[in-house]
Amino acid sequence: MSVSIGIGNVVKKYGDLTIIPDLSAYIKNGEFFTLLGPSGCGKTTLLRMIAGFNSIEGGTIKFDEEVINDIPAQKRNIGMVFQSYAIFPHLTVRQNVEYGLKIRKVPKDKMKDRIDEILKVVKIDEYQDRLPERLSGGQQQRVALARAIVIHPQVLLMDEPLSNLDAKLRIEMRSAIRDVQKQVGITTVYVTHDQEEALAISDRIAVMKQGIIQQIGSPQDIYARPYNAFVSTFIGHSNLFFGTIKKQGDVPTVVFSNGYQVSMPNLVDTVTEGQKAVISVRPEEFSLNEEGLECEIISRTFLGKYTNYFLRFPDGMVLDNQPSIEYSQDLGHVDRIFGVGEKIRLRPNPNKINVFTEDLERSLIKDVKKYDE
Amino acid sequence: MTNKKIRWDFWTIVTVVILALFAIFLLYPLISLFLSGFKDTETGIWTMDNYARFFSKKYYKSALLNSFKLTISVTLVAILLGVPLAYFMSFYKIKGKGILEILFIISMMSPNFIGAYSWILLLGRSGTVTQFLKGMGIHMPSIYGFGGMLLVFALKLYPFIYMYVSGALKKIDVALSEAAESLGCGGLRKVFTVIMPLVTPTLIAAALLVFMNCMADFGTPALIGEGYRVMPTLVYSEFVGETGGSANFAACMATIMVVVTATIFLIQKWYVNTKSFAMSSMRPIQPKAVHGIKGFLIHLYIYLLAATSIIPQCMVIYTSFRATKMQVFVDGFSLESYRKVFSTAVQSIKNTYLYCLAAIVIIIVLGMLIAYLAVRRKNWLTNIIDTIAMFPYIVPGSVLGITLLIAFNHPPMMLAGSAIIMIISLVIRRQAYTLRSSSAILYQISPSMEEAAISLGDSPSMSFVKVTAKMMLPGVASGAILSWITLINELSSSVMLYTAGTRTMSVAIYNEVIRASYGTAAALATILTITTVVSLLIFFKVSGNKDVTM
Ligand SMILES: Nc1ncnc2c1ncn2[C@@H]1O[C@H](COP(=O)(O)OP(=O)(O)O)[C@@H](O)[C@H]1O
Ligand SMILES: [Mg+2]
Repeated sequence: MSVSIGIGNVVKKYGDLTIIPDLSAYIKNGEFFTLLGPSGCGKTTLLRMIAGFNSIEGGTIKFDEEVINDIPAQKRNIGMVFQSYAIFPHLTVRQNVEYGLKIRKVPKDKMKDRIDEILKVVKIDEYQDRLPERLSGGQQQRVALARAIVIHPQVLLMDEPLSNLDAKLRIEMRSAIRDVQKQVGITTVYVTHDQEEALAISDRIAVMKQGIIQQIGSPQDIYARPYNAFVSTFIGHSNLFFGTIKKQGDVPTVVFSNGYQVSMPNLVDTVTEGQKAVISVRPEEFSLNEEGLECEIISRTFLGKYTNYFLRFPDGMVLDNQPSIEYSQDLGHVDRIFGVGEKIRLRPNPNKINVFTEDLERSLIKDVKKYDE
Repeated sequence: MTNKKIRWDFWTIVTVVILALFAIFLLYPLISLFLSGFKDTETGIWTMDNYARFFSKKYYKSALLNSFKLTISVTLVAILLGVPLAYFMSFYKIKGKGILEILFIISMMSPNFIGAYSWILLLGRSGTVTQFLKGMGIHMPSIYGFGGMLLVFALKLYPFIYMYVSGALKKIDVALSEAAESLGCGGLRKVFTVIMPLVTPTLIAAALLVFMNCMADFGTPALIGEGYRVMPTLVYSEFVGETGGSANFAACMATIMVVVTATIFLIQKWYVNTKSFAMSSMRPIQPKAVHGIKGFLIHLYIYLLAATSIIPQCMVIYTSFRATKMQVFVDGFSLESYRKVFSTAVQSIKNTYLYCLAAIVIIIVLGMLIAYLAVRRKNWLTNIIDTIAMFPYIVPGSVLGITLLIAFNHPPMMLAGSAIIMIISLVIRRQAYTLRSSSAILYQISPSMEEAAISLGDSPSMSFVKVTAKMMLPGVASGAILSWITLINELSSSVMLYTAGTRTMSVAIYNEVIRASYGTAAALATILTITTVVSLLIFFKVSGNKDVTM
């Protein structure tokens, strides 16, 4: 039976080094939950704490109501898919899948049925008598998945399972994993640093940075309504502008530093007149408009469906240290492509753009939650 | 100089020359040995009598049986000692690990017969421990015979198992162990269902090495075997013939030994080919701290094993400094034994260094050339060379001695008694090992390097020397040091081939022990041991690691 996972104020330390200072999250029964963050932020560390391969220095991890802190890995009834697959090279595909069932002393005939079934589900039944050495990366991946799922674990844990595959296979396996997970209906914790993968595969995503969860939410919410500027720039691209809040009249407005105003009815009520803020605009949230913000094109990349322009705004309008300021021009409805050096005027879409506090830590948009259940 | 079919380029010439060398020094002697076994000593007529005699007399059959009994027991005990050792050293943090590793390697590299000799010094009839216990009224069981040989061989050979299995354990990714745990399998069950199967192919290869080494060894049974007859001693005494032996009968028995070792070798090769799998580890196993009673027992086991392996070595060194009078030890210390060595046995020391150096140079050159042919110029001719080059694996040292003597004791190739035959035997003993390591190195060097040199106008021979050979050399050199160590300690073949003028150190030690002049034997053995240890230290420095799997 699948379980929920309750992570309550857990701490992870290596010697004096604190990797995870205080982390809480609740993963619902049956959901596909992804830990997403830059390399080195502690995703693997957290996953291995759930698996039982890392000690827990503080807090508790529960499977349903049971605290599992002190249960050794082999008693936790987890299924784990490793980055390196960790297929036993001395066993055939079938024997690999069989391994966990043998440990559980499943009766022979039942064991056979279960293996046959799962081999079909992950589509490797035709290779079942081969040694893993002679399988491709994608096939090994499927074996690893089958081996983890066939034991009917309480939770399925996956650490960057697709990172060793080529781009095309990655997308294929992504949907395969997703399909199998839904078919079996098992609580899954999935680790990746690839935001596109996370968006495509997850029910909910936890975005992590330096051992701290920045936001938990559905892929749509995380993308459209990031809780802070880190999330908005880490997931997809966002251009950050300096801004000020104006509260006169019925509807609050944000003012760019050149005086350009956008009225934003969806700002929280607590904003104050003259409050400094940061405006976050995604490249596709701009549109050409005579009245828009003026900027200059410094280079462009043609990408088929759209063209990406790299822009320069007048001094002092955008935050420093941004890798680039971009505008995506959808080529489906376009009059002409601009050349380098041309000046254009862009209008940010008030319904789409986000506004953050001056310290970048919090969204000023109504109803944006840090932890969305 | 172009022929219609064959282009006489550099590598064709090399191929032909090497084939000729193999034909003369490997195939011809082996065929001579084989044929010789079918000849009657007196009449020289073709006959099956030798074989009939061997298999009809219990005296001879029992030697073969004894050899099997001994070798199998030794292999099993070596596995029982070596596997747990490798496991503990890889999975747990052991105090003094660095030094322990070196001790195990030293005891592995020093020759079997010195081990036998030192155990005689300890537990033999007039051994230190025996005498001490006798003074207390306790009588030790005899060290001579099966038990003693088992002790000496097992203690000498378990480090092979340890080294190989440790190497394999290093290649296991922790994820495999964790995968087993995630599937609900921990503890001993995990060790036996995942860890052990993963190292089994390596273990089998190591066991074969132990088996061959024990089966072929002459020195140990000669010194400590006494009434327990085994094949190498039987072949030797029949051939040297102090008791009216026959060279043809010796050849027959030698052939039987070759058949046995060849069979075992082929079985092992078949097993490795069908059962082996590639392993690469992204995260190798990290040793864990181990405490409490478990930690104590593990440390106790390792330290006891290390001590038992190294004490005999120390005993030899100690003995070399004891004062002697008329070959009998008296109280006190002196350098008398060393003085005696330098007045009577300097020649053997010189010979050892000279022959082994010459052999090593030949081995390196041949090894690189043959490796190149086998890896880069694959064709049916070079395949033949590659296969023949493996023959020495299956020819036991003592058999090799006889083989060369039978082949080269008459004109036009009258080599018996010469330094050349000693060097040839040394080359043949180690060639296969160097070849194998050279090939492994060559597989990692891209052919395009050499092609670049040729494209820039170098000739094939010069581009090989200037580019490929140069890149191979560091790896080959560290392998050569290991070969050097085994060669200076070689006894089994040399003892058949030496004459007064071509004695090597190990032969001299053997002679001295047989003559019961233990002081000089110990002094010589100490010099040999020190050379071995120094060479090992150089090897560690050159290769940058302690991987001495050969
Ligand atoms: N065994 C360890 N000892 C010390 N530090 C570690 C250990 N394992 C991981 N770390 C550190 O913990 C941090 C998080 O690592 P990890 O969880 O692997 O990151 P990722 O998010 O890329 O999976 C990194 O800074 C890493 O260096
Ligand atoms: Mg990671």
